[in-house]
Amino acid sequence: MATMGSTVLHLPSGPTGVVGKLHPTVLFNICDSFIRRNDQQERVIGTLLGSFSVDGTVEIRNSYAVPHNESLDQVAVDIDYHRTMFELHQRVNAKEVIIGWYSTGSGVSASDALIQDFYGREVTNPIHLTVDTAFTDDQANIKAYVSTPLTLGDRPLAAQFHEIQLDLRLVEAERLGFDVLKKTVVDKLPSDLEGLEGTIERLQDMIDTISRYVDNVIEGQLPPDNAIGRYLADTIASVPRVNSDAFDKLFNDSVQDVLLVLYLANLTRTQLTLAEKLNTAAQIV
Amino acid sequence: MTTTSTPMRSFAQAASAEEIVVPSRVVQIDGLVALKIIKHCKECMPALVTGQLLGLDIGSILEVTNCFPFPSRGGEEEDEVEADGANYQLEMMRCLREVNVDNNTVGWYQSTYMGSFQTVELIETFLNYQENIKRCVCIIYDPLRSGQGVLALKALKLSDSFMELYRTQVFIGEKLREKNMTWKDIFEEIPVKISNSVLVSALMTELESDAPASQCDFDRLVLSTNPFMEKNLEFLIECMDDLSMEQQKFQYYYRNLSRQQVQQQSWLQKRRAENAARRLSGEELLPEEDPSNPIFKTLPEPSRLDSYLITNQIANYCGQVNGFAGQSLSKMYLMDAFHQD
Repeated sequence: MATMGSTVLHLPSGPTGVVGKLHPTVLFNICDSFIRRNDQQERVIGTLLGSFSVDGTVEIRNSYAVPHNESLDQVAVDIDYHRTMFELHQRVNAKEVIIGWYSTGSGVSASDALIQDFYGREVTNPIHLTVDTAFTDDQANIKAYVSTPLTLGDRPLAAQFHEIQLDLRLVEAERLGFDVLKKTVVDKLPSDLEGLEGTIERLQDMIDTISRYVDNVIEGQLPPDNAIGRYLADTIASVPRVNSDAFDKLFNDSVQDVLLVLYLANLTRTQLTLAEKLNTAAQIV
Repeated sequence: MTTTSTPMRSFAQAASAEEIVVPSRVVQIDGLVALKIIKHCKECMPALVTGQLLGLDIGSILEVTNCFPFPSRGGEEEDEVEADGANYQLEMMRCLREVNVDNNTVGWYQSTYMGSFQTVELIETFLNYQENIKRCVCIIYDPLRSGQGVLALKALKLSDSFMELYRTQVFIGEKLREKNMTWKDIFEEIPVKISNSVLVSALMTELESDAPASQCDFDRLVLSTNPFMEKNLEFLIECMDDLSMEQQKFQYYYRNLSRQQVQQQSWLQKRRAENAARRLSGEELLPEEDPSNPIFKTLPEPSRLDSYLITNQIANYCGQVNGFAGQSLSKMYLMDAFHQD
């Protein structure tokens, strides 16, 4: 009997503590490469770059597509291309290392194990990210997996993919403004004042909602909720209580400062125009 | 997509006709490019970084569909850096070609610190690019201002008249008056549009969080105005110093010029007196001009390019202060209203 000793099937237990944080650039990159794929390919794969942090969080910062060929039983990935691109990216930002790979399309297929294996040679625990571009189930499914090998004794059997938690807080995309990113064409970037106007309107809406809620609770139409009540109390308490005189003085001082600077700036501009006229109009006799 | 309709011409005609370069009216940036630029510039703050823009040039719209950053120079030999940079670019473009990304360079982007980007290097880079590409654009991104909730992304290009003038390398008062060029005419700003593919917009619509306020709003409502204003004013004052130095150069030149003219006049008078004396004594007349005399040497007028650029920068700072002051005033009045209740 060849098989002796450990014929134990190792199955990992419990959730893995890895959490993934996705930057929006990666998502956009993946979509772009999916749109630009060759006609024969059904899906696109590529490398993920990012960093591992000490507490187990993986930040996925950047990505690039890697050409590959897939058929029913074989997968060929262009390794040279992958290496070259990685080197090029390293020259720009040395902190980003290979942390895994991505593929479009839902779910995990058989050939993925091979690709996972290949990436496993580059980094110890590669993350596999799937982005469902076909919108099956009418939902945008973005999932990340870590794999653990299943071994039967010493022989590797298969790789099991575990889903890990993915933090999709797209902070940078928020900075840009979702309005700008949602539409297919935005005609004009919002200027400073327009943006501020929008923000103040939203603030006003929020305050209206809250005041309506409070009114409703007082009249007894809605059941009071302790947690919300406490939040509201905290928020209102965080407005600093300043003596009215002191506040007026503070306010007036700041307004005067700003007006002074504004006046100075406009004066400078007028002076520049004047100087321009004088300089070029001067005649040397 | 609008296509300009041209009458049917024979191939020979089309080949021999001169290409008319239509000025680009709009720059259409992909959301992907905007995000990548933001990410790259923010990561390398406070160092200033640059990168290349790739895209398509169609009609009056310049589409930018992808970009890649340039590696930052680290204090190496000049030659190495040059060769490396070119190598990097070629490799990157080749790799991107394989995944069907548009391989066409349409310009470059750079980050700036508080809007101080008008330098001679910018102009030279523009001219370098212009030699190879008909219409190129430079996108300037200011990560500091974007920290206040505004997307400070601008598309610039050199105006044609300025480019012609620069080729002649002459910037004296006469020439500028001829062309009617003021400091405003150096750079032209092109309006920017952002476009996204349908897939991306679908994904974003799904992923948008339902919170009523976003990070953008929080950034905008920050009340502290002092740091930004202070830095702006600091830069403004520095620029003023530079401008006054330039003015002094001009004054020096004018003073020298007038002194020289006085000298010329006195020399001429002496010559005339001498000639009159010689005429009386019947000798040869001396020529009234003497080109070898150093007082007749024409003084070179200092170039006005630097002062133009500085003036441009000052105007930029003033504009920024204006915008920012408007915002902070509204925020302060808001705070006031809060307090009164």
